[in-house]
Amino acid sequence: MNPALLEVSSHGTVELKIPGRAEWVAVARLAVAAVASRLRFSVDEIEDIKLAIAEACTNSIQSAGGEDAGTIEIVCDALEDELRVTVRDHSPAAKLEPLKIGGLDEGRTEELGVFLIRALMDSVDYTSDPRTGTELVMSKRVTA
Amino acid sequence: MDIKVNVRESEGDAYVVDLTGEIDVYTSPKVKDAITELIDQEHYNLVINLEKVRYIDSTGLGVLIGGLKRVREHGGSVNLVCTNPQIKKIFDITGLVKIFGIFDDEQSAMKALV
Repeated sequence: MNPALLEVSSHGTVELKIPGRAEWVAVARLAVAAVASRLRFSVDEIEDIKLAIAEACTNSIQSAGGEDAGTIEIVCDALEDELRVTVRDHSPAAKLEPLKIGGLDEGRTEELGVFLIRALMDSVDYTSDPRTGTELVMSKRVTA
Repeated sequence: MDIKVNVRESEGDAYVVDLTGEIDVYTSPKVKDAITELIDQEHYNLVINLEKVRYIDSTGLGVLIGGLKRVREHGGSVNLVCTNPQIKKIFDITGLVKIFGIFDDEQSAMKALV
């Protein structure tokens, strides 16, 4: 078992590694929420960030077929007025197509998750490779 | 992190599913099992009470959508009880407010089933 690992740098970067399994996603979202609370985000914005990070981790797990997705790395860069979060896995390329209109069903929650990430964060970029995995970088600016 | 699921019979053939806690990729299978069991027992009119749910993600939404699709095949319906602004916002931005009946209290949700 890979234990969760949290590292905090002196310049506002927090790195967390969690096992790529469903029971660890809550740890990731709570840790990132704690980092977000260091900035001037509102409670609602912190909830948005929590959900977006959880969806990114869930996407990694689901792209591994719901099995162990290996280690998921979460890097939070707490900038002056922006939080940038990178979620990286080493499982095959995730499905990050935008949600299509209509036809929502239970089997397409990956698309729903990606839709939520895009809706809740200010910017989202990703790279994916079947050999090296997926890296999803998202950021949210402080508006207050 | 956990989810508590309580199922109870209400008026007529309707059932209420009370959920307490957080619905995510880890806990949503428990919710899915409860809804699937009700539908397998041919109960097609459901009220799912989210009043005590603090968090829901796409897997939780997927379970609710899956349940709604199944009951609709039998002429049934799923209504939700939800007043948490953050959770209502998730239903709003995903457009799910258009396919679920979402009510502020259980009585209204139950009344709208008929």
